[in-house]
Amino acid sequence: MKKIVIVGNGISGVTAARHIRKLSDYHITIISGESDYFFSRTALMYVYMGHMKFDDTQPYEPSFWSKNRINLKKAWVKKIVSEDKQLLLENGELLSYDKLILATGSKPNKFGWPGENLEGVQGLYTKQDLELLEKTAPNNSICKHAVVVGGGLIGVELAEMLHSRHIPVTFLVRETNFWNGVLPDHDCSILNDHIKAHGIDLRLGVNLKEIHSDRMGRVESVEIAETGEIIPCNFVGLTAGVSPQISLAQNSGIETHRGILVNQFFETNLTDIYAIGDCAEQTDQLPNGRRSIEAVWYSGRMMGETIAQTITGNKTPYKPGHWFNSAKFFDIEYQTYGWVSSLRSKPEHELQLHWKYHDNTKGVTLSYNKNDLTFLGINTFGIRMRHEVFNQWLNEKKSIEQVIEQLDKAQFDPEFYKSYVNEIQSVLLATLSNSVL
Amino acid sequence: MSSQQFKSFALINSDSYGLNSGQKLALSSGLLGLLLLVLTAFGVQLVSASIHLSLAIGLLGVGIVYFTRAAYSNKIAGIKNDGVMFSSLTSRGILGWLLGVSLTGFYIVLYFYPTWLGLGINGDPNSGLIALFDPFSLWLNGNAATQWFVYGTLYTFAIIVFGYKFILKYRHNPYQKLRTISVMFFQFGFAFLIPELMSRLNSDTFKLPYYDLKSIWPLNYYNFDKYRVNSFIDAGDVGLALLIFGVASIFVITPILTYKYGKRWYCSWVCGCGGLAETVGDPFRQLSDKSISAWKIERWVIHSVVVFALLMTTAVVYSYLGHDRSSYWLNKSDFLLGVGGLLTFVFGLVMIFKRKEFGKDAIYGAVGYFVIIVTLIGLFVFDQNDQLFIFKSTELRKTYGFLIGSVFSGVIGTGFYPIFGSRVWCRFGCPMAAVLGFQQRLFSRFRITTNGGQCISCGNCSSYCEMGIDVRSYAQKGENIVRSSCVGCGVCSAVCPRGVLKLENDHHKGRINPTQVLLGNDVDLMDLMNQR
Repeated sequence: MKKIVIVGNGISGVTAARHIRKLSDYHITIISGESDYFFSRTALMYVYMGHMKFDDTQPYEPSFWSKNRINLKKAWVKKIVSEDKQLLLENGELLSYDKLILATGSKPNKFGWPGENLEGVQGLYTKQDLELLEKTAPNNSICKHAVVVGGGLIGVELAEMLHSRHIPVTFLVRETNFWNGVLPDHDCSILNDHIKAHGIDLRLGVNLKEIHSDRMGRVESVEIAETGEIIPCNFVGLTAGVSPQISLAQNSGIETHRGILVNQFFETNLTDIYAIGDCAEQTDQLPNGRRSIEAVWYSGRMMGETIAQTITGNKTPYKPGHWFNSAKFFDIEYQTYGWVSSLRSKPEHELQLHWKYHDNTKGVTLSYNKNDLTFLGINTFGIRMRHEVFNQWLNEKKSIEQVIEQLDKAQFDPEFYKSYVNEIQSVLLATLSNSVL
Repeated sequence: MSSQQFKSFALINSDSYGLNSGQKLALSSGLLGLLLLVLTAFGVQLVSASIHLSLAIGLLGVGIVYFTRAAYSNKIAGIKNDGVMFSSLTSRGILGWLLGVSLTGFYIVLYFYPTWLGLGINGDPNSGLIALFDPFSLWLNGNAATQWFVYGTLYTFAIIVFGYKFILKYRHNPYQKLRTISVMFFQFGFAFLIPELMSRLNSDTFKLPYYDLKSIWPLNYYNFDKYRVNSFIDAGDVGLALLIFGVASIFVITPILTYKYGKRWYCSWVCGCGGLAETVGDPFRQLSDKSISAWKIERWVIHSVVVFALLMTTAVVYSYLGHDRSSYWLNKSDFLLGVGGLLTFVFGLVMIFKRKEFGKDAIYGAVGYFVIIVTLIGLFVFDQNDQLFIFKSTELRKTYGFLIGSVFSGVIGTGFYPIFGSRVWCRFGCPMAAVLGFQQRLFSRFRITTNGGQCISCGNCSSYCEMGIDVRSYAQKGENIVRSSCVGCGVCSAVCPRGVLKLENDHHKGRINPTQVLLGNDVDLMDLMNQR
């Protein structure tokens, strides 16, 4: 019987294992040093906020794994000995494989800031990071002030987490608008306001110069590059994005660039070694404008679904569909379907239409191709939309006008919610006719 | 392992979740009101009964309302679950256990030792807590208070003030607001006011039994008891109309509404048990057991209760019907044939049209059906007047009332809110929920739709499902939720951070949609896997 070994028990590795089990009788082992069981990384914030217990983040009961004959091994892998088809574990143990899948995920970025390794400075990615955070910032008497550096999704989540325990937060964002590397400025302004409304000290357009230490080697304050201002704090969260966790691959002679280099079948340069999820970097051009590295929950899941086919004999290339994603910024939910570019990355052919509710807590941006007026994508804030409908519209290459006119078909807000569709339609159609004329 | 560590963390950070000064003041007011009520049980009454009661209820009400305002009104509208898992009250800590024990104690006294609350028996006047309610009861229905009047009043009061709390907590969510207003309305109007006023109309020549119109058999398991049916009939047209309404409720109204909207129209919009669970019980909803084994137990227990309720009622009605049609149009054998025929009809329909959806449960359904039919035949063959085999029907009725009506629905169902969560009764014990659930699972247009591939398996939905449904296990597969136990409270949809869940009534096509590969991946792969 073939032995499949998967390194990493995140969504990618676990989905691969589940689907290989569905499709075959292979011997499957998942190795992780992080946790006993698969948990939802995206839910770590809710554990700190007291919405859930850690065990609630585990999507499957412990009995699931034995019932489905998926072996779990808690260990760190030191090296891959590809010549012998073996893994060397940190505890000295050797584990042989017929096919190896690397699903090692990401790690928080650090940019060589002075003081970035002090006690009280950390990122937020692993379960261990959460445990550390519980020690450093359990409440506002031990942690009187916190600074979060880096304005992405994890940054705003960390700010919300600390805020839930009444710890004052200063949020340093390099960009002049929150998340404007991803969102159009129109959308950013909704989030800027909302983050501030929650009492977060949001500082836009500032860079971290240095993290100062006290005599015990603990963080004491941060210094802002532009103003020289010193902000005293007991905790610094570094949340300037993540990058692929590739150290194991690098140690083992696997080709890497930013991530572990793979083709559309997730094959690395070494036979029978594959890489999926956050850690993988595609060398082939993916369809639908998908990026070569995607550190997104569902991309990991889709890669797991796909590689299971290849491993079980139905060689299948990875062909992700239209881009979509979602997030929640404090109380404002965000969904996106298709591509809506930020100001910085907007191609010449893309035009955008905006609508915003008067209280600035809801909004939409739709993008379209100015040459043929096809719909390109939508961002929504505070309004839920139906994935299936937008996926179909993107497939059908609907025109922007058709999409606006049929917007009510895509509504996904709960029953009895006020519909903003009429208002959105009249504003967007008016703007559209102005810009087309 | 880890959960241990997090538990110990919870001890350190307690002060981050301390009460603010407004909440402390409100809490004092509420506790004072409660104290005033408790004191009367020990014979302490400060002023006249009506003033004492108004003072106690007023302090309680003001306390709860101001506590709520201090907790929520200065915050931006949104999900308010911070610290739920750290609070002693809401995570089975000391406070939770204390409250659980006190509530359970209250229910035991209420059901089995009402004299401790001051109920006057054998013509004695009331004393203590119950006497406190005498003036109010006299004013409302013309009689002295009973323990049930006290309980009904406090119950209604609790749903209204905690309903206010729930509305403020979910003030961004119209679905939550509307259904809470609805349960407050039905509790106050239908369960409390109308029956009290109806009993005021009673005289020597005209007497209707106490009837909460929204309480439907088999939840209202005593509705077809002999004394009730007699008094309905004796009350002429009005009584007969009520009796017909009672039968129509379960056989006509219920299936139609459940078909259109799912069982939520009743369980989380109308029902009083559900109303209490959704308002008073809301802080405890996360304590429901989500394990697969709990689900297995649930299905056995609740369906056993419904079989028990059906047999008990059949035996009771059978016992007072006559043998021939001359005295009354319905006789013993026609009644049994009717019950058997109806069950066979329903069972046949399900087996013919829905056997596939029924899956493994079909065998359990068949066993239940078989037991009932054999019992009915037994009744007919042995034909003993008030005997169901070796059990007297009156005893059966008493046992049901004690075990299910009192112990299960009251002592365990509500007393254990802080331990097992707020819907223990609804999930494991309510025969009405079982009947509605059966309709919902097999015939309803209702489902919770999952939004393509957006689920991130975070588990908020499962954590806050009061019915212990592992919502995430469906959402992460992109599969709609059509579980019979779902009461449609909509909280899974509310707490979802990614906009994945939506309660909907829609066509049957695509209602049940098991998927292996979710929307967003390679279209060919989705087809290949999902059609297996």
